Amino acid sequence: MLYQLEGSQALARAIALCRPKVVCAYPITPQTHIVEGLGELVHSGQLQDCEYLNVESEMGAISVAIGSQAAGVRSYTATSSQGLLYMMEAVYNASGLELPIVMTLGNRAIGSPINIWNDHADAMSARDAGWLMMFAESNQEAVDLHIQAFKIAETVKCPIMICVDGFILTHAYEQVDIPEQGEVDEFLPEYSPHIFMDPKRPLAIGAMVSPTDFMEVRYLSHLRQKNALKVIDQVSLEFSAKFKRNSGGLIRQYNVENAETVIVAMGSVLGTIKDTVDELNMTKDGQFGVLSIISYRPFPKQEIRDILKGAKRVIVLEKAFALGRGGILAEEVEMALKGENVGVSSVIAGLGGKIITKEMLKECFLNPMENECFLGLNQEVVNREYRPLVNNDVQ
Amino acid sequence: MSSLTMGGRFGKNTTVQSAYDRPNTLTSGHRACQGCGEALAARSAVDAAYRATHGNVAVVNATGCLEVFSCVFPENSWNIPWMHSLFGNAAAVASGVAAAYKVQRRENIRVIAQGGDGGTTDIGMGCLSGMFDRNDDVLYICYDNQAYMNTGVQRSSATPSLARTATTLPDGEYRGNEVHTGKNVPEIAMAHGIPYVATASIGDLHDLETKVAKAINIRGAKYIQIHCPCPLGWGFPTGETIRLAKLAIKSGLYPLFEAEHGELVGSTPIEEKIPVEDYLRVQKRFAHLFGKKANPDAIGVLQNLANKNIKKYRLGGMSDE
Amino acid sequence: MFQIRIHGRGGQGVVTAAEMLSISAFLEGKHAQAFPSFGSERMGAPVVAFCRISEKEIRLREPILCPDAVIIQDRTVIESAHAFEGVNNNGFALINSPSDLQCDLAKTINVKCIGATEIALEQVGRPIPNAVLLGSFAAFTKIITIDSVIKAINTKFVGSIAEKNIKAAQVAYEQTLGEI
Repeated sequence: MLYQLEGSQALARAIALCRPKVVCAYPITPQTHIVEGLGELVHSGQLQDCEYLNVESEMGAISVAIGSQAAGVRSYTATSSQGLLYMMEAVYNASGLELPIVMTLGNRAIGSPINIWNDHADAMSARDAGWLMMFAESNQEAVDLHIQAFKIAETVKCPIMICVDGFILTHAYEQVDIPEQGEVDEFLPEYSPHIFMDPKRPLAIGAMVSPTDFMEVRYLSHLRQKNALKVIDQVSLEFSAKFKRNSGGLIRQYNVENAETVIVAMGSVLGTIKDTVDELNMTKDGQFGVLSIISYRPFPKQEIRDILKGAKRVIVLEKAFALGRGGILAEEVEMALKGENVGVSSVIAGLGGKIITKEMLKECFLNPMENECFLGLNQEVVNREYRPLVNNDVQ
Repeated sequence: MSSLTMGGRFGKNTTVQSAYDRPNTLTSGHRACQGCGEALAARSAVDAAYRATHGNVAVVNATGCLEVFSCVFPENSWNIPWMHSLFGNAAAVASGVAAAYKVQRRENIRVIAQGGDGGTTDIGMGCLSGMFDRNDDVLYICYDNQAYMNTGVQRSSATPSLARTATTLPDGEYRGNEVHTGKNVPEIAMAHGIPYVATASIGDLHDLETKVAKAINIRGAKYIQIHCPCPLGWGFPTGETIRLAKLAIKSGLYPLFEAEHGELVGSTPIEEKIPVEDYLRVQKRFAHLFGKKANPDAIGVLQNLANKNIKKYRLGGMSDE
Repeated sequence: MFQIRIHGRGGQGVVTAAEMLSISAFLEGKHAQAFPSFGSERMGAPVVAFCRISEKEIRLREPILCPDAVIIQDRTVIESAHAFEGVNNNGFALINSPSDLQCDLAKTINVKCIGATEIALEQVGRPIPNAVLLGSFAAFTKIITIDSVIKAINTKFVGSIAEKNIKAAQVAYEQTLGEI
């Protein structure tokens, strides 16, 4: 049924439809409304058979989720930014233990300087943590991805992080189609783990593993991620068949067939990019296309290559970067295109909530760059504050 | 003196450990050092919990000696569901396990979280306090050997005053771990008002088992801190572990008490009080307090701490009242 | 697409106004997107919220720089918040003010002043002007109907608070209709 809802409230309802048995809440802007919404659903009795725990930190939140999932129940938590960093040790632990926890990441910049606004630095900090990571383009997709997430994670036996742009999506009111409980129940079977903490069948979880076997264990995790490519695709197809709309999957193309230039991006900025590209194509004869990366981990390298190799130029626009090196996604796309004669440009945009407008994007897409570009960077401030190194600075 | 000479398997009141059918939740073959106090304490405690719950017990273990020596793939010494996540989060993971059992209506399965003093009083303090605060249905057992033994005997917030550790090496004026530092975690637990808090020692097995058996079936958060001498970290012969634990009790440096809902409800009187010197002298970690160059005040400092304990926790028995 | 920017201060229901506006449009079968200015503003600080209304799906996520209408819930923020910046020619400015403001903009855009705080105090008993302004906005711009504003108020509030706010919105609607 269609509702006009705040993104976070829509997510709370969607997650409740997936019948999590344990929800851990610790406040950090901008994910708070999601767990507040879930708390309301639990305390009002709309979400039954669910333990809702107000924990003492993000380390507590993810750890409670680890424990409850290991004891055999579907568990959910959410975080953002510093919160993800604070729980990071356990983020790695959860994937190593093969626990299919679902976590929403309300994407927000990482300080210092402290900043509560949106970018993807938090998600990028977890890119090697062994979680599946998917990015939502709209609140509808965020809702749909969460319903798919439990199924994907539980099939692959790997935790999954659904990235939802902080404020831009979490706090935006828009039209969202929320499925009925019966439909979700048909789509998502009850969680039945093959191993869990049971005195009738005692087993040890989380043993130390020596150099003899450690690499094998990690490699098996890598293979699980590769299998996830198929599972994500399949679950998305099943979802489309059941709910009559396309959401999720590995990647999404927009006007790519005839495009000379393809813009690659993740998350909510894709909407603005598509509007920009439509306007450009009205005058420029369809030169521009868009490739949305929905599944960032596993990284659909081959799928990306197959689509982008026909383009003349690829512009990767991303809301994070590796200091001292440059665009993170840009480099991964470049690797995917290795050997193909396609130029890849890197655009870093929207850091710490810096605005991204159609006008800014138009100028950026029309003027090819050789090096990386920081969209909307105030060069005056940089020139004023930057003191180039001189020879005798280095002793 | 009969209670000191009787006991054992001929007495009426036998321990779980002395029973022919003891559960052996932590079974033989593990990799603990010879004379390890923590291994004895863990087996005694979890066996007692196992007996008291008819085998319905699950354990979450913090990183540390106990975790490392008991479960290295592909070997495992635990005969119960056992899980290890991280160093500092055992209490929270156990909260999650308890929440899962509650929602599955399997609350008959009792949950233990356990770790060393480092994993409990230092890095695990946040999660531990959160578990107490929410009154989660978990028994947390801290095996207190008073330093980070797994990493090579560094100071923790449970290290006693003036003890030598790898990070408090006495040198000149510096006499080892600063006096009046550290934290009293049983009292911190009591300040949360949780249903049950106790200290125990492998020097008093009856008491240890009784407390664990009592705690495991109480609903809500429970905390038991067990004194476990460490031959390697403290520097004493491996056959002396139990004796060291008993000496600590007798000296008053390790008071045994129980508290309910934040109130002290009982303590174990010292039957045969000894000067702290008798306990300290046999440990290399206190060796710098003795001999010609030693500062004579040092022993006095520790004796004062013991005296305070004896008064505060009423360890003097009837004569105290 | 019709774009609205709402200015006011924290505690005046600026974000709720944008939400109710989007709900009103949604109830009329349109697509609508409302979002706050994403700050950590405390009570009393200048606040901005946005609303887009369109017949088609709204993909655009940029802040509204060139609104078709601005709603000013607190006239003391006009200067500091550059509240009229970027308003399109022939656009609308609805200002919470009991008396008409001298305003050069009136030559290029439609300006309307209404004593929303006074109406709110009279009808609701609290100086929260958002529902009043939405009632007035419906009459002033005809972008949404008073019926859907009433329904939207009913989704955000219940009981006597909802009733009083609805009454306040209706009073403002009638008053504005009579003045234009």
